[in-house]
Amino acid sequence: MPDHSYTSRKELEEYRFSPVVSLAVPLLLIILQAYVPKILPRTIIVDLPLLAVIFFAVARRNPIAGALTGAAIGLFQDLLTGQPIGINGMAKAVIGYLGSSIGVQVDVENLITRMLMIFGFSLLQSGVLFLINRLLLGNHDLHLLWLHEVIRAGVNTAVAIPLFLFLDRFKLRD
Amino acid sequence: MESFLSRFKNPLVLIAILLLQAIGLATQVRRPQDPLRPDGQHTRLLRLWADALVSPFERLSAWSGHSVRWTWDNYIDLRHVRQQNDDLQKQLAQLRLQRAEIAEDAVEAQRLRKLLDFRQHYITQTVAAQVIGTSGSDQSRLLILDKGSRDGLKPGMPVITPDGIVGKLRDVFPDTSQLLLLSDPTSGAGVLLQSTRIRAIVKGSPTGGIIINDLTPDDRIKPGEVVLTSGGDQVFPRGLAVGTIQSIKPDPEHQPYTLITLKPAANLIQLEEVLVVTGTGNNLDEQTEQELTQDAQVHAADVAAERLPSLHDKPADKDDPTADPNAPADNATPPPDNSTQLVPKPKPVLHPDRYSTGSTPPATDLTPGGGQSVESPPPPPPPAEKPQ
Repeated sequence: MPDHSYTSRKELEEYRFSPVVSLAVPLLLIILQAYVPKILPRTIIVDLPLLAVIFFAVARRNPIAGALTGAAIGLFQDLLTGQPIGINGMAKAVIGYLGSSIGVQVDVENLITRMLMIFGFSLLQSGVLFLINRLLLGNHDLHLLWLHEVIRAGVNTAVAIPLFLFLDRFKLRD
Repeated sequence: MESFLSRFKNPLVLIAILLLQAIGLATQVRRPQDPLRPDGQHTRLLRLWADALVSPFERLSAWSGHSVRWTWDNYIDLRHVRQQNDDLQKQLAQLRLQRAEIAEDAVEAQRLRKLLDFRQHYITQTVAAQVIGTSGSDQSRLLILDKGSRDGLKPGMPVITPDGIVGKLRDVFPDTSQLLLLSDPTSGAGVLLQSTRIRAIVKGSPTGGIIINDLTPDDRIKPGEVVLTSGGDQVFPRGLAVGTIQSIKPDPEHQPYTLITLKPAANLIQLEEVLVVTGTGNNLDEQTEQELTQDAQVHAADVAAERLPSLHDKPADKDDPTADPNAPADNATPPPDNSTQLVPKPKPVLHPDRYSTGSTPPATDLTPGGGQSVESPPPPPPPAEKPQ
């Protein structure tokens, strides 16, 4: 007989992380995102900060924490670019919120579910970024290259699977 | 009300986060006062903090990568170096000859520009910088350099490589700076098509290429034409390589203009080291000017020797020990009669008289008061024969 009973899926699978991991992992991924394309230019297609947002949001299963994590990581990413600050902040806040919300509903530990989720969120982020650029910034020269974005989503998924398996080691159960 | 807030707490927080950032975006993208700072001055401090956090890691990674590469290149991977050295020596000799030929034209062009009071900006001072990072986004073509305001860099300074221009500085921090590549959609430069002398503006495309889309269709513009900086943007000095035209097609979104795609002269995708132009002037620096003048003098002497062989003809001195017996004579192979290198000679006359070239006896043969007196009237010319 267990000491206490779990009444919902959220209680069953909610994780937390040590503060060091919560800060160091996104920072490391942002630094890698900025440095690796210098050596391998084609790797710029990967969005490591997005993967950090998805991982932490899904694991914590708290929409507010997910949105805040996404906004913080996105804003930091914006600070390193030449773009106005807030573009990635808004897009990743949406992803973090939805990731946390979905994490409550479905089993995100399953490999297939993870792959579909990362692929879908990557495409969604491309769409949100396009809308922000087009509608809020009035950048009408920008076009959404769907094939490119599908390839990006596929590459992100391929990178995310081993990365998430590695980061799973840092999960702490409440 | 309380139940509404607690029920919709999550979406309300998300909306608040998005709203705050949208307001932040709106304040940044309002009409910029400084064209070099499209997002205004107020974000500089935030960017400085982010850069201070990330750049030490980037600098460390770049340094370790550079060390490994340097060790590999200088101590391990030395195959074919001797052959490469020989090839480079030959290339250097050829380039020296070419430089001597070009130098004279350069000095003359400079002199003519002075006469016309034409202001040409020469690059007089550069700072070499190493690329230590990127923006990490393919929507923002931006690189991080390891030199900053402490090294004399300022926003807006042009950045080049020996192959051509690469962009200009955006934000400059004390120890690092941001290089906005020419391929960024917010970047641009005034250019000149080399053969047609048509002026245009080159800018980055959203896909990372560089394009010209402010020209109407013109049959004279062909793929392969070289594009140079025009100097009209007051950023890049005139005459630097930008790229070559790759394709020309109608721009469906901006009719009647054409969409000209360029192949950049510099490799914008993978840059290791760049030169930041920190100083330009109206005159060449003293050393370069001296070198050019020397080269031009050497070249002028060579041309004179070729065109006026008699000036350099020396009598064969058999007693001269330094004379090379195997050396070919200067006039061993005289140029043909119709060669332009010869001094022009008068054409032979049909009916020579005492005034014709070569008919006057040498001064040593003349005697004062002799029969060849200048006072004596010339003999009448023979009557011309009538054509039959």
